[in-house]
Amino acid sequence: MTAVSIIPVLASIPELPDSTVLSIEHLYKSFGDNHVLQDFNLKLHKGENVVVLGKSGSGKSVLIKCIIGLLSVDRGDIEVLGYKVPELDHEKIDQLRVRVGFLFQSNALYDSMTVRENLEFPLRRHWIQVKAREVEEMVMSALEDVGLSHTVDMMPSELSGGMRKRIALARTLILKPEIILYDEPTTGLDPITGKEIIDLMVEIQKKYATSSLIISHDMNCVKIENARIVVLIEGKCYAEGRYEELKNHPEYRVKQFFE
Amino acid sequence: MNRETTALKTFLDEAGQLTRFVFRFFREWYRPRYEFREFFRQCFIIGYRSLPLVGLTGFIMGLVLTMQLRPSLVEYGVESQLPAMVGIAIIREIGPVITALIFAGKIGSSIGAELGSMKVSEQIDAMEVSGTNPFKYLVVSRVLATTFMLPILVLMGDAISLYGSYLGVNIRSVTSFSLYWTQIFDNLTFSDVIPSFLKTFFFGFAVGLIGCFKGYYSNKGTEGVGRSANSAVVVSSVLIFIIDLLAVQITDIMGYN
Ligand SMILES: Nc1ncnc2c1ncn2[C@@H]1O[C@H](COP(=O)(O)OP(=O)(O)OP(=O)(O)O)[C@@H](O)[C@H]1O
Ligand SMILES: [Mg+2]
Repeated sequence: MTAVSIIPVLASIPELPDSTVLSIEHLYKSFGDNHVLQDFNLKLHKGENVVVLGKSGSGKSVLIKCIIGLLSVDRGDIEVLGYKVPELDHEKIDQLRVRVGFLFQSNALYDSMTVRENLEFPLRRHWIQVKAREVEEMVMSALEDVGLSHTVDMMPSELSGGMRKRIALARTLILKPEIILYDEPTTGLDPITGKEIIDLMVEIQKKYATSSLIISHDMNCVKIENARIVVLIEGKCYAEGRYEELKNHPEYRVKQFFE
Repeated sequence: MNRETTALKTFLDEAGQLTRFVFRFFREWYRPRYEFREFFRQCFIIGYRSLPLVGLTGFIMGLVLTMQLRPSLVEYGVESQLPAMVGIAIIREIGPVITALIFAGKIGSSIGAELGSMKVSEQIDAMEVSGTNPFKYLVVSRVLATTFMLPILVLMGDAISLYGSYLGVNIRSVTSFSLYWTQIFDNLTFSDVIPSFLKTFFFGFAVGLIGCFKGYYSNKGTEGVGRSANSAVVVSSVLIFIIDLLAVQITDIMGYN
């Protein structure tokens, strides 16, 4: 885990119009009478960290499932790396999903497969042309990135919660995504392990120059260097800014996240 | 809305959902990409898991049935017809239905629980973002595997059951093995074997489909997983009897009874 950042961090670059890798405009999503997202807007620039804060049930998971096309949207535009997600067919969306990583809230490791098979799964299934030896190398290097090379032949059930989160992160990293979507990466972990996961995320972001969208309600995520924070309330992007700006926000509903 | 209408609505909603699920299966199963590996893996697991149980219950059924039938046949003086009677009973009805029910209990519930827990822990979503159609990978492969494996298990179960019955015959009288088999097969006709064999494909299809359906639409939470497994067994067991009833009606109409 001695990753040296070879590629400079791009997080502090000012907003250039063509550096947008993900943009959401006027997004609406409801389940029956439950209007989860209403006119939600968001932009993510290359190399940037955006943290979306919201209460439980505010629609954070729904939001990132819409981004990756796991849920269909009712109305609105989602553009990721130049692809208009709501209009994509199967083939196109698979191409996009190679370039966008997704870390699930509950890790979603395949229980019936070993760690190695878990990591190989996205490689083999995406029709990516790699030789057997390369697969092994990619698996081991992804595991090294998260510091868990020794677990390669274990089953997910033999791992602790924090280890499972790291393996899930390794599985996301194996395709070298340009954008990583994190769904509550620290939920269910103790504060120290949570902090370790966040440090790992920052380290990985520096190493691979990825852009990250982090969904959370954990203060440690908010304090990530250069993170832009978006507060999701009532299905809208209610407030936006840096930690220092939002900490003293006049509205109590925003401020309470930072107490 | 009162309780009855809510229950009726839930039932109709689920029936509608199941119908769409069946249509989706028929739309997707023949299209590439084919999940051969997963299909063969499932066939192996399914056969391997249920064969001991099917063998044991089949053996006991054959033995017990023979011992129960003998007094009545002795009373009518047709004890020599014992192998023929047992053979027909086992091959026509008891073998397929008992095996299918055991299969529903063992495999239907495990498919329901497996897919249910994959659903609630987002593994199905994870497959989808990994370039895999989870419906093909999980559902189609399992439904095809149960459809093909149950008939094979029924054949094996029938054979073991008939062997149990052979031992049952030999408790009170002595018959040679070859004579026993000749007696059974001489009395079997086309209409005994083929319709009852064909219906087992439908039994297998029903067990796989209901197990997958219940798991795939499992509710959030671990409680939902248990409920999926449970209702997979209940619904597929009832379906087995309904299919059995339809099968006998159809063969009757076609004049094969
Ligand atoms: N597939 C679905 N069908 C119906 N309603 C759904 C579905 N998925 C989510 N919802 C509803 O959308 C709302 C938002 O859910 P979501 O999972 O996005 O919350 P969340 O912000 O991620 O909460 P948490 O922090 O607990 O994960 C909830 O009211 C939930 O009931
Ligand atoms: Mg969530």
